This record gives sequence, structure tokens and C-alpha cells, in this order.
Amino acid sequence: MKFDLKTLRALVAGDRYADRVVPPTGFTAQLTLFVSGAMAFLAVFAMALSLASGRLADRWGDELARTATIRIVAPEDQSAIQTNAALQVLSTTPGVAEARALTDEEQQALLAPWFGQDLPLDTLPVPRLIEIQATDQGFDVTGLRLRLAAEVPGAVLDDHGRWRAPLVSAAQRLRLLGWTVALLIIGAVAAMVTLAANAALAANAQVIAVLRLVGATDSYIANAFVRRFTLRALAGSACGAVIGVAAVWLMPSGGDTPGFLTGLGFQGAGWLVPLLLPPVCGGVALLATAYAASRALRTLT
Amino acid sequence: MIELENVAYSYGGGELLSDISVKLAPGSFHFLTGPSGAGKTTLLKLCYGALLPTAGHVRLFDRDVRSLERDDIAKVRRRVGVVHQDVQFLDHLSVSDNVALPLTVSGRQAETANGDLTELLAWVGLTNRSEAMPPELSGGERQRAALARAVIMSPDVVLADEPTGNVDWDMSQRLLTLLVELNKMGKTVLIATHDLSLIRAAKAQVQARVLRISNRRVQLAGADL
Repeated sequence: MKFDLKTLRALVAGDRYADRVVPPTGFTAQLTLFVSGAMAFLAVFAMALSLASGRLADRWGDELARTATIRIVAPEDQSAIQTNAALQVLSTTPGVAEARALTDEEQQALLAPWFGQDLPLDTLPVPRLIEIQATDQGFDVTGLRLRLAAEVPGAVLDDHGRWRAPLVSAAQRLRLLGWTVALLIIGAVAAMVTLAANAALAANAQVIAVLRLVGATDSYIANAFVRRFTLRALAGSACGAVIGVAAVWLMPSGGDTPGFLTGLGFQGAGWLVPLLLPPVCGGVALLATAYAASRALRTLT
Repeated sequence: MIELENVAYSYGGGELLSDISVKLAPGSFHFLTGPSGAGKTTLLKLCYGALLPTAGHVRLFDRDVRSLERDDIAKVRRRVGVVHQDVQFLDHLSVSDNVALPLTVSGRQAETANGDLTELLAWVGLTNRSEAMPPELSGGERQRAALARAVIMSPDVVLADEPTGNVDWDMSQRLLTLLVELNKMGKTVLIATHDLSLIRAAKAQVQARVLRISNRRVQLAGADL
């Protein structure tokens, strides 16, 4: 089947006479509609997963990249001195927006999940923590580490890189997985439409023989099938996408405590992404049917 | 118009037709006869590009069929009306839609007046069956509908393969009369049949050449028919 502008125009515009030459078939029509709809529904969730993972990766990357912690591990009588010295160093470090030592209450709150609320901090050798907020440009981690080593021997700088990297990497992989699933779904649509088109072409061998006898070109015959399957895939995927978006929209939000699952969904312009599904499914169906038809028409005599 | 030159056709390892040379001149009337299985249908299919020869040349309207693309062959078929013994229709379309099918596939349905179609259905005697569905037609009605479909594009050539095979004598005479009328309108007609009485009846109405397939070859039949 040749794909030129004329063919494409004929496909879009349709031909009320040509549309009737292929008999309406209930089974393949319903199969194509149902599978396109189901696949589009699943694709909406894959896209939602992918976009949510992307947001998570960005948020973790951004938030954690701009924070760091210094632990002051020093004898009790040196703790306050070294904490002040570290804060002094930080105040003259380019790229540090804010630095402050955590209060006893804040440190107690951090440990509360493990040791309870009544932990007597003053009886335990708990290191003092300093929270650092970096500017957008960030600071020189290696340089700061060297300065601290020289001026505050009990200071240990933790830039969160050790545990930030695998989290961001996991979220990015999840995003990739989401898009892979979406692509696989589109591939499955292509395979299903090819099979359904093949079945329809085989079932209509007599129709094709009659059309050929009266002078129909292969393009004409193929177009009759291509247009039908494309419209079915378009309609099915539009329904599936609408239902999928509605289902995502109805998912409970996390309110003030958003977690990963409650954050699964679309935000802002992301809600427009599922709109791509019907034209993509329609395009895939068009190509798949054209491929199936050109193969079948070469073999059918 | 349609010319076969030293054509051979093999199928399944055996040669079905050998060294066939036939020329269908414009306005001529031919019968093709021979026993069942002699290759009449195969020869007819070679005449409209449904089969390609394994040797020799088939020229359709001065173009060698081997040099034609698939779509070109389809377009050539619009100039050749074909009627088969086992007529096939699109069963989901009415008789009038089936008769108009060649116009539909060539994109000419919209520009063709309904009057032409009505006139054609009247010519084959199917005016009151125009909205019937094909499975509702009798054998003779199916053959006449097929003839109407074959000639709606006003083809240069009409090929009929055993057109009277499934109908009674009266109906076969009626079909023959229609084919003779077409020939008198200037169409080239080739009828494949093993029904010698049909040939004799036709010879009374029109000057016809009779070709006989025997031992894989075609020869002009003598006056014994």
C-alpha cells in the first residue's frame, strides 16, 4: 500500500461509498474497540506512574542536593566550641545560604522514633548536628571538608550524596519503567490490530475477490480496512483514556502528607499527556492495518 | 485488444495450456469450448490479468501484462467485464449497489446518474429486484445481475465463463440475447462454455468464431458445431 498525501487525505475524508464495501463485522470490531480501550486505560496509569516518578526524582534530587549536615563528634567540653568553630567556617563558605545547629529539642525529635520522647540527651554521647542550606549554586564539598578537617577536627560533613543517589536513581528508573510500559502497551495495540486486521482480511477473502474482479486497486481495498480499524482504535482508545484519566483523578490525594502512591497522578500540563493516546493509538492502528493489508493482499489471489 | 501469443500456463508441475495464440479483435464474438478441465477458465483468467502466463505474452490493450503493476492490472479490469458461472456478490449490499460496484471502486459512483443504473437494471430485467439482497436472487437473476455489473463501466470486452451453467434453457437464451446485444453495440465478447447448443443458438444470431481447447492447445473449431 502506497502512503502518499492523496491516500492520507482519502483516509481522513473517507468515502461514503467505499466505506460500505467491507461488510460490518461484529467480532473484530468489538475486539479492536475493547483492546484499544483497555490498553489506553492501562497506558494512562503507566504515564501517571512515569510522571509521578519523574516528579519524585526531581524533588528528591533538588531538595537533597541543597542540604547537608555536619556532625560534631567531640568530647563534651569541646562540643560547643567545635560547633561554634564549624558555624564560623560555614559563615565564610561561599555557597552556604544558611547554617544552624539543631536544638536539643530538634535532636530529641529526630531520635524519638527509635528511643521515645523521654530520651535524656545530656546523658548520651549524641553528636551535635548542624543543618546546612546551600544556595542554588551550591558549595564546594571537597574544599569545605578540607577546611573543617583543619579547623574543626571533630566535624564530619555529610552531603547526603551517599543515599540521595540511589533514591534518585530508583525514581528515575521507575520513570523509565513507566514509559517502557506505555511503549509496550502501544506495541501490544499494534500487534493486536495487526492480528484483528489479518483475521478480518482472511474472513473477507470473498469480498476482496469480488472487489478485484470489478477493478478495485489494492490501495482501495486496503484503505477500506485501514480506515475502519483506525477509527475503531481511535474511538476505543479515546474511551479508555477518558476512563483512565477519570480513575486517576478519583484517586485519593495525600492531603498534607503526600506519599508516593497518593502522589500518583497528573499535575498541571501533565493532564494533557493522556490526550496523546487516541491519536497515537489511531496512528499505530493505521500503520498496523496498512502493513497487514499490504501483506495479505499480496498473498490473496 | 486482447492478444495471447505463444502462451503457456503451468500449474502444480503440469502444463495446463501450451503454445496458445489468440487475438480478440474489437467487436468480435468468440466462443471458447472444450471438455471440463481443459483450461477454459484458466484461459479466460489469462485474458484479464487474473493469472500471469508461465511462457509467452499476454497483451491487454497493447500492454504486456507482465509490465503492468498490480494497480495497473486492476485498472485494466475496468475495461473488461467478467461474468463467472459461480457469481459472487457482496451479500451485505443490495443488487443495485452490487451492480454499481465497479463505479464505486473507480470513484465514479457520485458522477453517474441513477437513471443509467435504472436503465441497465431494466435491460437485464431486474428493475423490481434492485433493492433485493443477493442471497434472495435465483440463479438466473444472479447471472443477469452479474452481467449488468460487468457492463456498467461500458467495458470494451465482456468475458463470460459458463454464464448459462446454472440456469435453464429459457434463461440461457435470454442471457445469450443480452450478450449478442452487447456485441452489436460494439463490445468484444468471449464466452467459455461446453454447451454446444448455446453455440449453435448464437450462431443463428451473430457471426461467432468458435475456439476449442484440446490437448492443451487452442484450435479453430470447424463447421461440425
